[in-house]
Amino acid sequence: MHSSKDERLITVLVADDNATDRAILQAILRQQGHRVLIAEDGQQAVDCFRAQRPDIVLLDVLMPKLDGVDAARQIKVLAGEELVPILFLTSLTDTDSLVKCLAAGGDDFLSKPYNAVILQAKIRSFFRMRTMQRTMLEQRDQIAQHNEHFMQEQIVAKQVFDNITSGGDMDAEHLRYYLSPLTVFNGDVMVASTTPAGNLMVMLGDFTGHGLPAAIGAMPLATTFYGMVDKGFSMTDILAEINGKLKSILPVGLFCCATIVEMNFRKNNLRIWNGGLPAAYVYRNNGTVEQVKSTHLPLGVLNNKKFNANATLINMEHGERLYLWSDGIHEARNHAGEMFGEARLLAAFDKNKNAATLFDELLQSVKTFVGSSQKSDDLSLIELLMAPPSSAYVTPGTEQALSQSQLAEWSLSFVVKPSSFAMFDPLPLLLSVLLEVPGLRNHSGTLYTIISELYSNALEHGVLGLDSSIKDDPEGFEYYYQLRRERAQAIREGYVEIKLAHKTHTEGGSLEIIVSDSGNGFVLGERIKHNDTDYCGRGLKLVAALCDTLEVRGAGNVVAATYRWHTDD
Amino acid sequence: MSEQPLIDHTVLASLKTIMGRDFSQLIDTYLKDSELCLCHMQKALASGNSEALRRAAHSFKGSCSNIGATSLVAHSQHIEQAAASDYLVGLETVLITLKSNFGQVRQQLAVYL
Repeated sequence: MHSSKDERLITVLVADDNATDRAILQAILRQQGHRVLIAEDGQQAVDCFRAQRPDIVLLDVLMPKLDGVDAARQIKVLAGEELVPILFLTSLTDTDSLVKCLAAGGDDFLSKPYNAVILQAKIRSFFRMRTMQRTMLEQRDQIAQHNEHFMQEQIVAKQVFDNITSGGDMDAEHLRYYLSPLTVFNGDVMVASTTPAGNLMVMLGDFTGHGLPAAIGAMPLATTFYGMVDKGFSMTDILAEINGKLKSILPVGLFCCATIVEMNFRKNNLRIWNGGLPAAYVYRNNGTVEQVKSTHLPLGVLNNKKFNANATLINMEHGERLYLWSDGIHEARNHAGEMFGEARLLAAFDKNKNAATLFDELLQSVKTFVGSSQKSDDLSLIELLMAPPSSAYVTPGTEQALSQSQLAEWSLSFVVKPSSFAMFDPLPLLLSVLLEVPGLRNHSGTLYTIISELYSNALEHGVLGLDSSIKDDPEGFEYYYQLRRERAQAIREGYVEIKLAHKTHTEGGSLEIIVSDSGNGFVLGERIKHNDTDYCGRGLKLVAALCDTLEVRGAGNVVAATYRWHTDD
Repeated sequence: MSEQPLIDHTVLASLKTIMGRDFSQLIDTYLKDSELCLCHMQKALASGNSEALRRAAHSFKGSCSNIGATSLVAHSQHIEQAAASDYLVGLETVLITLKSNFGQVRQQLAVYL
């Protein structure tokens, strides 16, 4: 017989030592669409249950070998967590016997003579209960599994954080910090490193959210920071790069409140940018406290166009200190639910007699305030000390950084020949060499303008012999460039040479750019005398304004410019 | 004749509906099975085995009840309870009456075979 389509096939085990009763029950059950298993005594019933796991069991009470009550006990044990309803088939009427049946695990009775309607109703009802029980067990198991996954995730997140924050220059003598594992887990990140010039750059970040979502943002922040600091990128560039990355990675609504500081121990000043963190404190030698409040939006909120990386410059004397923190300190609560707050923080500074112990005093006063039974370590604290640079002057992080910052003194000569004039642009190639000089990176835009202008002049006026006065009016532009294309493709002789030479000094370096061409030259004086509204005359004038020196040599087909850069640009 | 009808024909009728084509097979099973039970009861009584007597009487009672042989149920119940109390005195008579009544039931049921 087949079960009806909307109901799973129910398997019923019938255990009765009387052949007549068995036959009748089997017929009734089959007619109702159930699958029937037969046992003739208690032992067979237990064996059959173990082998086939029926949904419902009908047990006669008095049976040879193993009676119904004992069989019921064994079956309940085999069923374990599952609900397997057991109905006793009985014509027993005395209360004692009935109670004994229920105590053994029986769920109900079916009396003789069997009533098919009642039997069906009971089977349906108990099957519903069984299904509910099964669903509950499945959901319980699912929850347990999810919990385990969740715990795993937290462990992974913690490992990620540990790896991230151990990458930098945390042992710098001017830096003391306290970062509790709990706050790290909750999204606080601290990175610190020394720039090639010997400055200490430190960043404290506080990501919204905690656990794995916060870790997701911390990774690009840390890898970008360490990668760029070692190469000599400026604080501005690093901030902009991190902001851009976080903006594109983090979902809307997630961001990173951060403060970044670059300390210059030779000039006794620091640059600081605070986006969303509580005010940093400058602790002066005379005991006063200056607050550096947040004046920017957190990282990851604004797109690059709107992002403002302007930092504040603060002069500091030896012995003075800067304190950075996330809101863990201010929001630390005591038993009464009060917050530590700014007032207590300022009071701690006020009470302090010796700046060298303030760091420990701050931690202690928060611990005392919060009380012993609560988590009193849920905070991040950084102290930076302005002091003379030590004899171990510069220790950039890695060997790789060392080798990269050694592109100090070099020169190159690059000659562009006729077949390259039409299609080849040497600028990107030359720029990429210049970018390997850490000090020149900030100037890449300017250098591009200078070299590009000199090259264009040399190629167009020098080699191709184009007259720039054609460009005096707007219509002339199109004609000029058409002419340029034609001549560049046609020419078979000539060259443009670009020579670059670089030297470093104590305070920076200088780049010499010499562009020479095979043309007849021109007279610079004449060009500059031209009208200021000249579209083309602006070229060399612009270059002259951008460089430290500009000189035309020879017949006018050699132009030499020098460009100086400084360590603190 | 006993006061109760030998067979409750409504029970038999609904049983016929349930069993369908297997009805005569059921009757056959019942008759054979019951003879066996009566035999066990006889042996148990003869050897004074109350437990065995009780079980056989109980089983017989059950199937008689299902078949609708109501007249047999009371006597079986009597024997079952006596055996449960281990008081076997006077049960031979009851058993004889039971067998006799069963004989009549068998005759009536023979129609369905």
